[in-house]
Amino acid sequence: MPIKTEPFYLNLGPQHPSTHGVFRLRVELDGEVIVNVEPIIGYLHRGIEKLAETRTYTQVIPLTDRLDYVASMTNNLAYCLSVEKLAGIKVPERAEYLRVIFSELMRLANHFLAIGAFLNDCGALATPLIYMWREREKIVDLCEMTCGQRLLFNYMRVGGVSQDVPEEFMPALKKFVAEMPKFIGEYEQLIKQNEIFLARTKGVGILPKETAINIGASGPVLRGSGVNWDIRKKDPYSIYERFDFEVPTGEVGDCYDRFWVRLREMRQSVRILEQAIVQIPAKGPIRADVPQFFRPPAGEAYGHIEAPKGNLGFYVVSDGSIAPYRVHIFPPSLINVTALADMAIGWKVADLIIVFGSIDVVLGEIDR
Amino acid sequence: MTVVTSGEDLAKKIAEAIPGSVISSDKTSVMVDAAKLAQVAEFLKNTPGLDFNYLNFATAVDYIDYFELVYRLLSMEHNHSLVLKTRCYDRENPTVPSIVSLWRGAYFQEREMFDMFGIKFEGHPDLRRLLTWEGFKGYPLRRDYL
Repeated sequence: MPIKTEPFYLNLGPQHPSTHGVFRLRVELDGEVIVNVEPIIGYLHRGIEKLAETRTYTQVIPLTDRLDYVASMTNNLAYCLSVEKLAGIKVPERAEYLRVIFSELMRLANHFLAIGAFLNDCGALATPLIYMWREREKIVDLCEMTCGQRLLFNYMRVGGVSQDVPEEFMPALKKFVAEMPKFIGEYEQLIKQNEIFLARTKGVGILPKETAINIGASGPVLRGSGVNWDIRKKDPYSIYERFDFEVPTGEVGDCYDRFWVRLREMRQSVRILEQAIVQIPAKGPIRADVPQFFRPPAGEAYGHIEAPKGNLGFYVVSDGSIAPYRVHIFPPSLINVTALADMAIGWKVADLIIVFGSIDVVLGEIDR
Repeated sequence: MTVVTSGEDLAKKIAEAIPGSVISSDKTSVMVDAAKLAQVAEFLKNTPGLDFNYLNFATAVDYIDYFELVYRLLSMEHNHSLVLKTRCYDRENPTVPSIVSLWRGAYFQEREMFDMFGIKFEGHPDLRRLLTWEGFKGYPLRRDYL
């Protein structure tokens, strides 16, 4: 006679250290094995899209900082790119380089935290996270030097950046870039061969290539599944076509591959930074002549960038007034989290934490 | 560089395959009849040479007279993109076919549109509010919501 069983429901979150923010997972369990996962979101919803409709184009920029607050300058950039497309504004050369430098610094800052927190989820408590945090602090210092902020930078402007970098910035950046390869190498050595880490991540939470494309995943989640798709290469924005770098991809699409893609991406970011430091013009305007209240012609524009977490897009509609008619934010984390059920079903609760950590989501951007 | 497919050329192909579906087209986008959206989407996804296998984003805009739904499709194989649009004139009970069965990435995005605009997607597996809570009154991103 079969034993009568019934599913068991577990609420993971909204306040739980492993959910990286206020995020709830309703997990259906059979014993310890996951049968279904349902993400429940909206705890951090601030209505940024609605707020944007009552502000001028420039006033929207600080709102975009609140999306992906781990790498907030990239949000500024994506928004500014779409407004520039809409209004037909050309960005000066030096500003383009500053934008690239800061987007790559942000990518490093994001991956530091993503990998550190991921290892924390794997059970390597604190040490790997704090190592990463130490290096991330240097990037935050560079940003503070430039715009006085440490978390929500509000640095990019439509047509350029808000201010030029101070004199001491370039030497500090050069020192940082010179130190980075050694640090990444050390970190790799520390983690890559760790037996416990490999046992917990290799083959866990596999996302097949076809599924990744079908759900519209992007960023390291997509590339981890072996799809060579990076907007910096496939649809270059800003001045990315001038830089020589590679797009790392994974093979299997498991948690390890996503970690490994991020770690190699950090090396590529350092490469881009090295080239940008050499190429950047020493002097020049850093902002196009854009009035404070400008009225782009009626129409629509879509600008997207390869944010650290994936494809971040802004769809901006103008009706010819000083405020945007509609701003739609397309965040990578929202779509990547769709893949969670595919990766986690069939694994145990302890693996769910790792799988979720390997997606690297930030709730500011999911809930908007 | 992602090539933006000419909407005019594509409109001809779509009109041939699914007569009466195309309403208008311009250089970058194709406007289709809301009732035939799912058919057109399937055609775009499965026709060799087009292969729009990746849904970039889906959203809606409230133009007060009508809702405009915007889908940006991408083909990873050919690296070309297209903006597919459709309009929904009914404000009380706007209904559009769902495309979740073709691109699962639309799952959360359609739920979000339902939440924010009150647009109903026929065929969506689980159409509920996404960002606001159950029992929330009104649709925040409509222009007449204050």
